[in-house]
Amino acid sequence: MAAERTPRFVTEEPAQVDRWFDRITLAAGVVVLVLLTLVGLFLLLRSRDALSVTGVWEFLTRAEWRTDVKPARIGVLGLVMGTVLVAFTAVAIAVPFGVLAALFITEYSSTRSRRYLTALVDLLAAVPSVLFGIWGFRFLSAQIEPLSRWISRHFSWIPIFATGKHPRFSGSIFIAGIVVSLMALPIVASVVREVFAQTPPGEKEAAFALGATRWGMIRLVVLPFGRGGIIGGAMLGLGRALGETIAVALILPQVAQVVFHILENGGATVSGFIANRAGSDDFTTSGLMAAGLVLFFLTLGTNMVASVVVSHSRSGAGVEL
Amino acid sequence: MTDTLVRTPSPSAPIASTPPTLTGGPPVGAATVEARDACAWFGERLVLEGVNLVMARGEVTALIGPSGCGKSTFLRMLNRMHELVPGAALDGQIFLDGEDIYGRGMRAQQVRLRVGMVFQKPNPFPAMSIRENVLSGLKLARIKCDDTEALVEQSLNRASLWKEVRDRLGSPGGALSGGQQQRLCIARSLAVQPNVLLMDEPCSALDPTSTRRIEDTIAELRRQVTVVIVTHNMQQAHRVSDRCAFFLAAENEPGIVVEQGPTETIFTDPTDSRTRDYVQGRFG
Ligand SMILES: Nc1ncnc2c1ncn2[C@@H]1O[C@H](COP(=O)(O)OP(=O)(O)O)[C@@H](O)[C@H]1O
Ligand SMILES: [Mg+2]
Repeated sequence: MAAERTPRFVTEEPAQVDRWFDRITLAAGVVVLVLLTLVGLFLLLRSRDALSVTGVWEFLTRAEWRTDVKPARIGVLGLVMGTVLVAFTAVAIAVPFGVLAALFITEYSSTRSRRYLTALVDLLAAVPSVLFGIWGFRFLSAQIEPLSRWISRHFSWIPIFATGKHPRFSGSIFIAGIVVSLMALPIVASVVREVFAQTPPGEKEAAFALGATRWGMIRLVVLPFGRGGIIGGAMLGLGRALGETIAVALILPQVAQVVFHILENGGATVSGFIANRAGSDDFTTSGLMAAGLVLFFLTLGTNMVASVVVSHSRSGAGVEL
Repeated sequence: MTDTLVRTPSPSAPIASTPPTLTGGPPVGAATVEARDACAWFGERLVLEGVNLVMARGEVTALIGPSGCGKSTFLRMLNRMHELVPGAALDGQIFLDGEDIYGRGMRAQQVRLRVGMVFQKPNPFPAMSIRENVLSGLKLARIKCDDTEALVEQSLNRASLWKEVRDRLGSPGGALSGGQQQRLCIARSLAVQPNVLLMDEPCSALDPTSTRRIEDTIAELRRQVTVVIVTHNMQQAHRVSDRCAFFLAAENEPGIVVEQGPTETIFTDPTDSRTRDYVQGRFG
């Protein structure tokens, strides 16, 4: 009789090693969370001075930075806009190139050269960003200007590619984005490459056996399988691009206004601005802390969304790109 | 479901109104495959030597022999999958209806379209729906079909899977059982209407019922496509095939075909004693 039966739940004392393992991993997780909270709290406390003078809402919606007037008028809107524009430009460039690089490494290169190419891409991630910055500032910038001019001539009907009457093409968000894309590229490429490399060989063989070309196989099998990795890689690249400091501090003029025209001289990012103004008076520092807090939430949010996307897309559960 | 149920022709079988026609696909009908002095290497190692074998139009040829004697390698030479393995090389010729598939001007994609393949481990595209799986070959080769729904039904029917999945053609192929997945793979191969179907131990990962269904499928495919099947199951080889080829590799020697002939002869009156020992289960 079913009614008389009682379900029995079987549990077992975990083994000693498992218990220690549990504790250690838990401790590590807690440490990370505590550090994150401490950073947030520190920023919050240090930014109180500035925020109490300007008000939180004004700080978030104002696009100027004047400490010479009383009361000071400071706000991060321009900085946040610049940050986002630089980051999106960087990711828009880094993702297609990263995916192509990953495809080349996993699907087209020979087994032998694959190792070297992988190492090369990872090496790119190890280049200190100040080198990219100085190179972009001293050399690349001048090379990009003709391209900027060409884009502005042919695509100025797209609002972000429009320019003023006598535009200067140096020191633009576009150039900063290109330089930052070089730093995001290795992250995107290596995340995507790792996912592509896990494509089930049986599915690839199935596609080939159906008469697929290599590209047909990639479209049918590798890209859908790697979709989660592509999105995740893009988000991680975005996280990296949002926080990039030195290169944009060198390239952009760092005025705290809203700049839409990415081809033109102008613009600022939160981290670049902080780097430029660090070491000023106490009130400015407090304002910079507040700006840092905004950036902190921006990157935290991006990375959290990235990890959720990656963990939820068992690679393979996707449609054709 | 019981065996009898499976074997009686189902009322839902297509009453063949007008069979779907493909444009841009392989030529219609079964084809003869002939291997002449076929040899294969992996790197420096010769694993298969001097295979001469005719797999006649519309017949079922079983390749039997112990593990590692080169049956899969030989099979993969027949649709140019061998060359996908880095370092793999070959010699000799493979003719598909008289055309050398390794000849000049022959593209591997064309060959593979005409010579379909079913693998040991079922490999449907797991995230694609059942319908998309069946039609994936058409999409890859840009083959047009005048009636895709009829083609889906016909292909699934030929793989004896239609009845089980007709109500859920939109659900993912990965959600099927192992035996169903393997039949989906057969349906996927059949959808492009190939001239030859290669099967590499298609039942080795399946339960007896699924195995039986696949054998039924092979029996129904006979005459319409040439079937070449590798199997370790002697009863299966006996049941499904018209002809048999016995592969064998001595230690550190490449595999060779020891004996070939009509299945009845191979099983009841083989000339080579090694063949007799093998088909009677005395080694391998
Ligand atoms: N990808 C490969 N690389 C190197 N050697 C291989 C590869 N595949 C098979 N071989 C070797 O080739 C021989 C024949 O293998 P195979 O054709 O798979 O045999 P069978 O299918 O008859 O079991 C075996 O000795 C095997 O070790
Ligand atoms: Mg094998």
